[in-house]
Amino acid sequence: MALQAVFFYLFSFLTVASAVMVITARNPVHAVLWLILAFFNAAGLFVLLGAEFLAMILVVVYVGAVAVLFLFVVMMLDVDFAELRAGFIKNAPLGAMVGAILLIELVMVVGMRFAGTAQVVRGPAPAPVAGSTISNTEALGAILYREPFVFYLEIAGLILLVAMMGAIVLTLRHKDGVKRQSISAQNARNPATAIEIAKVPAGGYTVPPKAPEKVRS
Amino acid sequence: MMAVLQAYAPLLPEIIIVLGAMVLMMQGAFRPENDAETSRIMWLALAVLVAAGVAIVQLGEPARLFGGAFVDDAFARFVKLLVLAGAGGAMVLAFDEMKAQGSFKFELPVLLLLATAGMMVMVSAGDLMALYMGLELQSLALYVVAAIRRDDAKSSEAGLKYFVLGALSSGMLLYGASLLYGFAGTTSFAGIAAAASVAGAGQNLLLVFGLVFLMVGLAFKVSAVPFHMWTPDVYQGAPTPITAFLAAAPKVAAMALLVRLVMTALPGVQPQWQQIIVFLAIASMVVGALGAIGQTNIKRLMAYSSIANMGYALVPLAAGGAEGAQGVLIYMAIYIVMTLGAFGCILSMRREGGLVEDINELAGLAQTNLFLAFALAMFMFSLAGIPPLAGFFAKWFAFLPAVKAGLYWLAVIGVVASVIGAYYYLRIVKIMFFDDAKAPFMATRAKEGAIVALALVLVLGFVLPFVASPLVEAAGTAAASLK
Repeated sequence: MALQAVFFYLFSFLTVASAVMVITARNPVHAVLWLILAFFNAAGLFVLLGAEFLAMILVVVYVGAVAVLFLFVVMMLDVDFAELRAGFIKNAPLGAMVGAILLIELVMVVGMRFAGTAQVVRGPAPAPVAGSTISNTEALGAILYREPFVFYLEIAGLILLVAMMGAIVLTLRHKDGVKRQSISAQNARNPATAIEIAKVPAGGYTVPPKAPEKVRS
Repeated sequence: MMAVLQAYAPLLPEIIIVLGAMVLMMQGAFRPENDAETSRIMWLALAVLVAAGVAIVQLGEPARLFGGAFVDDAFARFVKLLVLAGAGGAMVLAFDEMKAQGSFKFELPVLLLLATAGMMVMVSAGDLMALYMGLELQSLALYVVAAIRRDDAKSSEAGLKYFVLGALSSGMLLYGASLLYGFAGTTSFAGIAAAASVAGAGQNLLLVFGLVFLMVGLAFKVSAVPFHMWTPDVYQGAPTPITAFLAAAPKVAAMALLVRLVMTALPGVQPQWQQIIVFLAIASMVVGALGAIGQTNIKRLMAYSSIANMGYALVPLAAGGAEGAQGVLIYMAIYIVMTLGAFGCILSMRREGGLVEDINELAGLAQTNLFLAFALAMFMFSLAGIPPLAGFFAKWFAFLPAVKAGLYWLAVIGVVASVIGAYYYLRIVKIMFFDDAKAPFMATRAKEGAIVALALVLVLGFVLPFVASPLVEAAGTAAASLK
C-alpha cells in the first residue's frame, strides 16, 4: 500500500508539473513534449487504479496519435505564438471571469457532496465480482461486443466509414502528370527499354537525344 | 441460426441500406470512374431505397431490440417510408444537375444512402445513445455532400458552416443527454420516463436543464428559430439537388425524433417542454415569414420557407397527445411533397450558363413555359396554405390539435404568420404571370419533370378522399403506437 501511495504521489506530481509546463513553455514544440509527459503520467495513474485498458488506450491514442498530430501541426504551420500572446493582457479579465466561474462551480460540486445534499439519483455502482479473474480489457470487451452495445458499435463503425469517405471525397485529386510508382512497370524494364547508347563524337558535346526529366526540388 | 436471423428481422430495412451502400462503394472504387458508371450506381442506390421500403411494408409484429435502443413500431415505419420517399425523390433530382455541374461522383449516392440509414436509426431510437449515433451518422454524411463541389467556394463554405454549427449543436445535445443521464441513471427513454413521472420531477434542475439542452440540439437540426442561422447560407451554397435533399428527408427524421423524445421519454414533464416548443414554433413562424420577404435568391427564400414550415409543424407538437403527433406526421408528409416539387421547378430554371437562382429571372415564365409556371404557382399556393391544395390541409391538421388543447393564441399567431408568408409566395406567382417576359429557360429535363408532375398530382389531388384518408389514417395509427 505504501508503495502504491509513493507512486501515486510521484505520478500526480509529475502530471501537474508537466501540465504547468505545457502552458508556460515558450517553445510550442516543448509544450507538446510536456503534454506527452503529462499523458504518460496520467496513464500511470490509471494503472494504479487497476484500469490498465484505459492506460494503454491513453498511451496509444493520445500519445501515439493526438500528440503526434499536434507536433506535426506545430512544426508545419507557421503560427506566430508571440502575436497570439499579445492579446493576453486584453483578454485577461474575461479569462479570469471564466476561471472564477469554474472555480465556484467546482467548490459547489465538492461542497454539495460533503454536505450530502446532492440530488443525484444513481444506479448501483459497478463492482468487480469477488474472486473473478477476468481482466479489465476482457470485461470491457464483454460489454462492448454483446447486446445491446453491439448496435452502437456497428453504427460507430459506419460513422467512421463516412468520415473516411468524406476525407477522400473532399481532398483526393486525380491530377494528370503526377508521377506514381508502378512496381510492375519497374520490374518489366529490361536493358532494351532502359538503356540507350548514344554515340558521342570526340572533341564535342552533343545534345542528348532525350531531355532529362525534370526533378522536383 | 434461423432464430437469430428472425430476432433481428426488424433491422432488415437498415441492413439492406447499409449493405447496399457498402456494395455500391466497392463497385465505385473498383470500376472505372465515369458518368455512365456513376449513373448506374445512382440507379442501384434508388433500387436499394425501394427494396428497403418494401422491407418496411413487409415487417411483422412491432418489436424492440437491443434493450429498447431500437424501436420498430408503426410510428417508426411511417416516418421511415417518408424518409425513403424524400431521399429517393432528391436522388432522382440529383442525376442530371450534378452531371451538368461536373461533380457527379459515385460517393454521392453512397453517402446519401448512409445518411438515410442514419435517419432511420434516428426515428427508431429508444435510447439517448441510439439517438446521438443516428444523428451523427446522418449529419456527418450531409456535411460532406453539402461541400461535394469542393472547387466551388460557396459549396465549401456551406459544408464548413454546416459542420461547425452542427458540431456545436451536437455538443449541446450531448451535454443535455449527460444531464438527463445524471438525473435518471439510465439513457433509455423508458427509464427516463419512469424517473421523470415521479411527482415534483418538473422542479428538478438536472432534468430541466438536460431537457433544454437536448431540445436546443434538436432545434438546430430542424432549423427552428433561434437556431436557424445556418439554414439560408447552407441552402444557398450547397449544390441545388443537395439542398433539395437537405430540405426534405433530414427535417422529417429530426422532427420525428423530437416527437418521439418528448412523447415517450418526457411525458411526465409536458408543461416544461411545452413552453419550449411553443416558443420555438412562434419564433420560427414569425422569423420565417418576415425573413423571406427581402430575399431575391430562390434558394434562400426556400430556406426561410422551410424555417417557417418547421414552426407550423411544431404547433401540433405543442398540443401534445396522439392527435398532436398525428398532426406533425401529416404536416411533414405534405411538406416533403411540396418541397421536392418546388425544388424540381428550381432545378428547371436553367439557361446556357447553368442554374438561375434570382427570383426576378422568373419574370413572364407563363408566356415561355406554361407548365413550369403553373406547377411552381401551385406549389407556392400550397405552401401559402390556400385551399383546396395539400398545404391547406397540412395547416388544418396542424392547427386543429392546438385549438382543441386550448392553445388558441398559438393557432392565431400561426394563421397571422401564414398570411404574412403568403405575400412572398404570391409575389413569385405575380412575377411569373404578370411581369414582362425574359429570355426563356432551357427545356425541362425528364427526371425533374417527372418529380414535378408527381408532386403536382399529389398537391392538387390531396382533396380527393382516396388520397387524403389513407394518409390521415396511417398517420393516426402511427401516432397511436407512440408509447
